[in-house]
Amino acid sequence: FAGLADVSISEDIPVEGEITVPVGSRSPDEDFSTLDEPVRDTIMRDLKAVGKKFVHVMYPKKSSALLRDWDLWGPLVLCVSLALMLQGGSADSKDDGGPQFAEVFVIIWFGAVVITLNSKLLGGTISFFQSLCVLGYCVLPLTVAMLVCRLVLLAGSGTISFVIRLIVVVAMFGWSTLASTAFLADSQPPNRKALVVYPIFLFYFVISWMILTFTPQ
Amino acid sequence: IACFLMYLLAEFDDAANLLAANPDATTISIDEPAEIPKNQHGRLQEPGREEDDELLGTDDSDKTELLAGQKKSAPFWTFEYYQTFFDVDTYQVLDRIKGSVFPVPGKNFVRLYIRSNPDLYGPFWICATLVFTIAVSGNLSNFFIHLGKPTYHYVPEFRKVSIAATAIYAYAWLVPLALWGFLMWRNSKVMNIVSYSFLEIVCVYGYSLFIYIPTAILWIIPQKVVRWVLMMFSLCLSGSVLVMTFWPAVRDDNRRIALATVGTIVLLHALLAVGCLAYFFDAPELDFPAPIIPAHNGTVNKVRIQ
Repeated sequence: FAGLADVSISEDIPVEGEITVPVGSRSPDEDFSTLDEPVRDTIMRDLKAVGKKFVHVMYPKKSSALLRDWDLWGPLVLCVSLALMLQGGSADSKDDGGPQFAEVFVIIWFGAVVITLNSKLLGGTISFFQSLCVLGYCVLPLTVAMLVCRLVLLAGSGTISFVIRLIVVVAMFGWSTLASTAFLADSQPPNRKALVVYPIFLFYFVISWMILTFTPQ
Repeated sequence: IACFLMYLLAEFDDAANLLAANPDATTISIDEPAEIPKNQHGRLQEPGREEDDELLGTDDSDKTELLAGQKKSAPFWTFEYYQTFFDVDTYQVLDRIKGSVFPVPGKNFVRLYIRSNPDLYGPFWICATLVFTIAVSGNLSNFFIHLGKPTYHYVPEFRKVSIAATAIYAYAWLVPLALWGFLMWRNSKVMNIVSYSFLEIVCVYGYSLFIYIPTAILWIIPQKVVRWVLMMFSLCLSGSVLVMTFWPAVRDDNRRIALATVGTIVLLHALLAVGCLAYFFDAPELDFPAPIIPAHNGTVNKVRIQ
């Protein structure tokens, strides 16, 4: 090691740099840390997001808010409430009654997944969960229709009530289809739009059929 | 089943290899349906079979170059592989539906419309539509038939949807599987000019079911004669599409086997139609109670029971 005795670090080489240790809370990141906020704030934020999306569905304009901040809370709430309202129908014959709770659930979610896969396979640019989110939220008009139908059926189940229910369901079916098409059609290649819109039409038609044929016991 | 799946995969790989084996093939972009058809698996065509050419829908029987080997070259576990089965535009789907409803005598549906671009969009969504159409129409028809009766309480009969779905999807996918296996087996014994891939057979079956959708809607009419006439009509149309597709594939075989194959195809198709009519649509009964009127010579007019 004799040769190394000559090696020394010259004092001319400047040593520079910054060493900072973050102490305390980082103030620009306070907005992202939601652990310290009250629970009420957390819940209200999610509820407001869901409510804003409901408003977007009822007045469908070409806004990207529904697509950008997708969530599946709204579709879950809608699906559960629709499936619950479809219970209690004519169940005197188990085989011929209306759809069970699980059947409604499966139809809505499996149908939405299949339609999303279909649009992606045809070359759509929308993401999987965004499409699920839109399809689920656009069930809202049909849930409203189900509510109206049940209220009308409380009053009676004759021909007039059937006509009212028919008009309401048809109107809400058209609203659902138009709302979801308004959000989803832009992400499709232009010469395949009809191929993507038709399954959405079929999906909401099946849900409308389930709502219209609901007969109380 | 594992061996069969491996054979299926090998078949797809073979097709991909054959398509990729010709790097000098000219790339023709598919923009309009009137394009030069490609030779599917590179099999040579015998000269002098003009009727084959007519049935194949092409006059250029010596065009053996393969189109660009971009189709189906992705491995089967990627999403792009399945996207190649949905590579159709709206007008192509509409054209194929039109071709299945108005079969041109002598023209092969596969060669004329599919042209080596089989899609899964048509078969899947036509089957889905048919399932719901049959279930809804059956329900409506039963409602109208039993409307006046005091003991009748309307039920949505939702169970029948799952039964309809099972029946129709099983028919549209398992029968083509069996037929494809059978044709492959016969192909190994007798060299056939025309052979179809599994997806093309699924395509033909799927599109041939389209005519049953308006038929099912019209079956709401509670007249037995009308229903049977409709069924015969739609059976002839879709049956002819199937027969004209598969006759060239079995024609070179033993005469009896060819006839038996085509007969089985038509029979299964008829069974599906008859089964749907019988199960989902109740028999229409009397619309009105006919009074028993004593005729002039004293005999009693019998009530016509359906």
